[in-house]
Amino acid sequence: MKLRHLMLATAAVAALSGTAQAENVLKWGANRDIGSLDPYSFGDSFTINVLNHVYEGLVRYSKDLKIEPALAESWEILDDQITWRFKLREGVTFHNGNPFTAEDVVASLTRVSHETSPLKGNLPAYVSSKVVDDHSVDITLNGTYPLLLNDLTNIHIFDEEWLTENDALMPTDVGAGTEGYATYNANGTGPFIVDSRQPDAKTVFVANADWWDEPQHNLDKIELTPVNSAATRVAALLSGEISFTNDAPVQDLPRLAAAPNVEVLEGVDLRTVMIGFPFRDALTTGAPNPFKEKAVREALYKAIDLDLIHQKVMRGKSRTAGATVAPPIPGYVEALDNLPGYDPEASKALLAEAGVPEGLEFEFNCLSDGLVNEEQFCQAIASMWSRIGLAPKLDVAPRAVQSPKRTNGKTDVYTLGWATLPLLDSYSPLLQIFHSKTGNAGVFNWGGWSYPELDALIDAAGQELDLEARLALQTEALQMVKDEMIMIPLHQQPMAWAVTGEVAEMPLFADAKPRLWFARMGAGS
Amino acid sequence: MIAFLLKRTANAVFVMLAVALLAFVIFRFFGDPVEMMVNEQASLQDRVELRERLGLNDGFVTQYTRFVTNAVQGDFGISYRNQQDVMVLIKERFPATFELVLVATVISLVVGVPAGVITAVYRDSRLANMLQLGSIVGVSLPSFVVGILLILAFSVSLGWLPAFGRGETVDIGWWSTGLLTPSGRAALVLPAISLSTFQVTLVMRLVRAEMLETLRADYIKFARARGVPTARVQWRHALRNCLMPVITLTGMQIGNLIAFALVTETVFQWPGMGMLFIQAVTFVDLPVMAAYLLIVSFIFVALNTLVDITYAWVDPRLRDDSARGNG
Amino acid sequence: MDNSIPLTTSAAPKRPSRLTQLRDSDLWYSFRAHPSAIFAAVLLALVAVTAFLAPLITPQNPYDLAALELWNSEIPPIWEAGGQWPYLLGTDTQGRDILSAVLYGSRISLIIGFASVLLALAVGLALGLVAGYFGGWIDNVIMRVGDVLLSMPFILIAILITAIASASLPTGLKDVLAAPILIFAIAVPSWVQYARTVRASAMVEAKKEYVQAAKLIRVKSWRIMLHHILPNCLTPILVAATLNFGLAILSEATLSFLGVGMPPDQPSLGTLIRIGNQYLFSGLWWIVVFPSIQLCLIVLSVNMIGDWLRDALNPKLR
Repeated sequence: MKLRHLMLATAAVAALSGTAQAENVLKWGANRDIGSLDPYSFGDSFTINVLNHVYEGLVRYSKDLKIEPALAESWEILDDQITWRFKLREGVTFHNGNPFTAEDVVASLTRVSHETSPLKGNLPAYVSSKVVDDHSVDITLNGTYPLLLNDLTNIHIFDEEWLTENDALMPTDVGAGTEGYATYNANGTGPFIVDSRQPDAKTVFVANADWWDEPQHNLDKIELTPVNSAATRVAALLSGEISFTNDAPVQDLPRLAAAPNVEVLEGVDLRTVMIGFPFRDALTTGAPNPFKEKAVREALYKAIDLDLIHQKVMRGKSRTAGATVAPPIPGYVEALDNLPGYDPEASKALLAEAGVPEGLEFEFNCLSDGLVNEEQFCQAIASMWSRIGLAPKLDVAPRAVQSPKRTNGKTDVYTLGWATLPLLDSYSPLLQIFHSKTGNAGVFNWGGWSYPELDALIDAAGQELDLEARLALQTEALQMVKDEMIMIPLHQQPMAWAVTGEVAEMPLFADAKPRLWFARMGAGS
Repeated sequence: MIAFLLKRTANAVFVMLAVALLAFVIFRFFGDPVEMMVNEQASLQDRVELRERLGLNDGFVTQYTRFVTNAVQGDFGISYRNQQDVMVLIKERFPATFELVLVATVISLVVGVPAGVITAVYRDSRLANMLQLGSIVGVSLPSFVVGILLILAFSVSLGWLPAFGRGETVDIGWWSTGLLTPSGRAALVLPAISLSTFQVTLVMRLVRAEMLETLRADYIKFARARGVPTARVQWRHALRNCLMPVITLTGMQIGNLIAFALVTETVFQWPGMGMLFIQAVTFVDLPVMAAYLLIVSFIFVALNTLVDITYAWVDPRLRDDSARGNG
Repeated sequence: MDNSIPLTTSAAPKRPSRLTQLRDSDLWYSFRAHPSAIFAAVLLALVAVTAFLAPLITPQNPYDLAALELWNSEIPPIWEAGGQWPYLLGTDTQGRDILSAVLYGSRISLIIGFASVLLALAVGLALGLVAGYFGGWIDNVIMRVGDVLLSMPFILIAILITAIASASLPTGLKDVLAAPILIFAIAVPSWVQYARTVRASAMVEAKKEYVQAAKLIRVKSWRIMLHHILPNCLTPILVAATLNFGLAILSEATLSFLGVGMPPDQPSLGTLIRIGNQYLFSGLWWIVVFPSIQLCLIVLSVNMIGDWLRDALNPKLR
């Protein structure tokens, strides 16, 4: 009783002092809302990224995107080569005051890998885990696997006691129609605590004074507001209604940069934008599919004026790419990045040689809510292909409408952006996109190609624990992808954030994820 | 009267069932919810399993019956996107839309009624002509263009009013109101004006037409002949007479305003039901879409039935269904 | 943007006689006496003529992908610094000439508006006549369907129809069918208004002695409907149809603005505004401003004509 009084009193004092002093409130206008407060309920990188402010993993990415210890202090691979032992950090508490122990790790891994978890694919090699002592855990995998740490950066740790108390040990199951307690409530170990949430309107986070790590930020509060319309986001930033956005429209950057109180942060995203081809026997029109011929794919590649797209559509902010992964991604080598050169005459010759009929109709599937300026570059490319005598039918629609068509092979040519998240390794696109469709592999192999040699290289890389050897295998595989022109890489898309003058420091990350525990606001704000 | 009441109610129930069927049929043929819910890495097997668990493989009748039974109990399921009870989501969003519609309605009456009276009483005066022209312009401007222009003028250029959102809100029970805080009221101004443009002209035109008709009626002429001051005749007797149609119109238009708010809400990022619906459309969030269509239709049908019954109560002649031709 | 405006209720449905030569000349007289009506008619005629001659007078076919040159994108209007002949009103982000796009877009808007009103009229008149004349279960079915349609807000029905169509049609067909789908989506909720008006007067007429007499001498039903009943309700319907034409154009623009209307490679005015809206703050004001002006002008002129027509045909207001 006494304790509660005391807590109330401190809370009141905190509230009073909070209003008396100028608080550092970061008003974040995102282009969309998070799907839930439960990082395991929605397989979506933005939701997981935002909730990373509240929940943490055993390991995390540092300011220069290197993997570093977080809730685990160290780890080793045991002699059987498939069991990893993690030594956990001591003295860490959850937001509700519970101590962090090995039980929590086991409960979290069990929850995320459960049959009904939408995130179980993010931990593909996981078999089981067990408590060794209060601060050690063993994780067993289904084979030798080099990328467990990369996977774990994205697996957030829950409090076992809290999950049990609130009957939330199971992931939210949409099929059973049950709501999860964790959908509305959060209890992590991270630098921020969820204060309140109204879906699609506002989510408020306050700084966690008891965070185990030395905070580099000086924020008191983050208010996350989804502002879907790009124009409104710009207006809100100019009028100071928001102080930060992680999606400033490329076309408005000059205007934002010219505004006295706004600073634009620009970089190139790791996300590589590509165009994929169908490898089925027939096109959606029923006509025979010419794209199975490498010469035809090459013709379409050479017909695209990459430089024009870079300058006009992407406003000089993108990085024209020859490789299917960005330079910072392990496995990339410069030789992968050379360009074929724009040559529409050669394209026409190639098409004629391959016997492609004049005015060939095919679908070109793009998203209206996908990549940066996707609608525009798709229109531009369709126009370029029209000029070499083809008749692409542009099909632009929201992701919700397009995804089924893409995954079920109900379209022809399509766009795809791949950032290699959460692995930050070229193994990710090789396994997910370029591998034949088998089991967990080739989920994004929408065109339906199959190169046994390529599969063998990828499989070998997936079991190679030696980094150098593994990257060599992956580079070889990427070269094969490039030579065969399975997909056409266009560019790494631009990334633009903007902050108002109140914000003193906002580090920009190549994986396009805001990490506000590194952000600082100006003193006088 | 009781027979009439029963008949109207039965009619309303039938209509709602038909709307439910329509909603259900439509939503069954929309995009694919499974694709929106699964993780990027999910395998084909995962997708098939999820489809089974959601009951998307059941027969048509089974799914429809389940849909209606649940809807009647206010259970629209769990949002595919937010994984929250749809009813809770809509309940959270309803106050925002309601306050927007309410304020827009008030604006439409406060501006529309006097403007209508002026254009009727001072026909062909310069002011009346200006107002008439204004009303035509008002009815011809798409509300999204009005919204964009208001944002350009008052938020970006002048910086007087916020361009998006609801400002600070205060919770009273489950109802969150923006009317009690200065920032909440400021945020309401532009969306409400933009939503009310069309409604203002409707009210104004109706008042004008009714006033012109009333002013020609005999009792008004008598009143004038008796020496009642003209202004008094016009503003008290004549106006009172055309309030009933105005109230009816306002009542019946509320359903339309709620639906039309989705355009305004999109432009101003107003966190109401309409924006929930538009977002649901993009995400193929079927439960939310179904619930929105049914709830808005329900408000619509309920208001119309209420108006019909009130009229029949006031004027027994209307209980004969055949006289009810001109909806 | 709503189909239950009180126009038909205030303009009394009962009209003493059919449209005669005399009425025609009255109308002509009234037209000449209203400068605003003349102005609107001239404006509308101008818009219509330029829109339908667009392929002959514009420098570019904005729907031909091969004609778009990305190098010519974002050119400002000719009177601004950097303006270029022949792009009088500038170009958009794809190098599409705005003037051409506006004229082609107006053509789409006018066609969709006109066709949807025509479709709604045809369906509404036919069903209204049948329902009112025959009564009974036919009447019941038709009017209940109408009730259901009117119990859902207009814009919702239209959004649902277009969204479903675009989700379920194959891409090749979608391009071709985009306009017919919109016409259908706008017509579906709006026929009921006509049907109800016609039905009401058909019911009154059907009970009259001359109709009974005509029935006795076995005049065909459709003859009675067409020759006696229909002319009696033409006036309010003509007024409603004119004003609905304006509403239909607005509806099309709204749907396209919300992204469920015409696709970006065959832009209507609404699509152009939606695209331009993204560049509102980027200094590319001409992409959004010119289509908006054109849209407002079209709807304004249609509404002015409709207003004039309503007043001119309503004897009480003389």
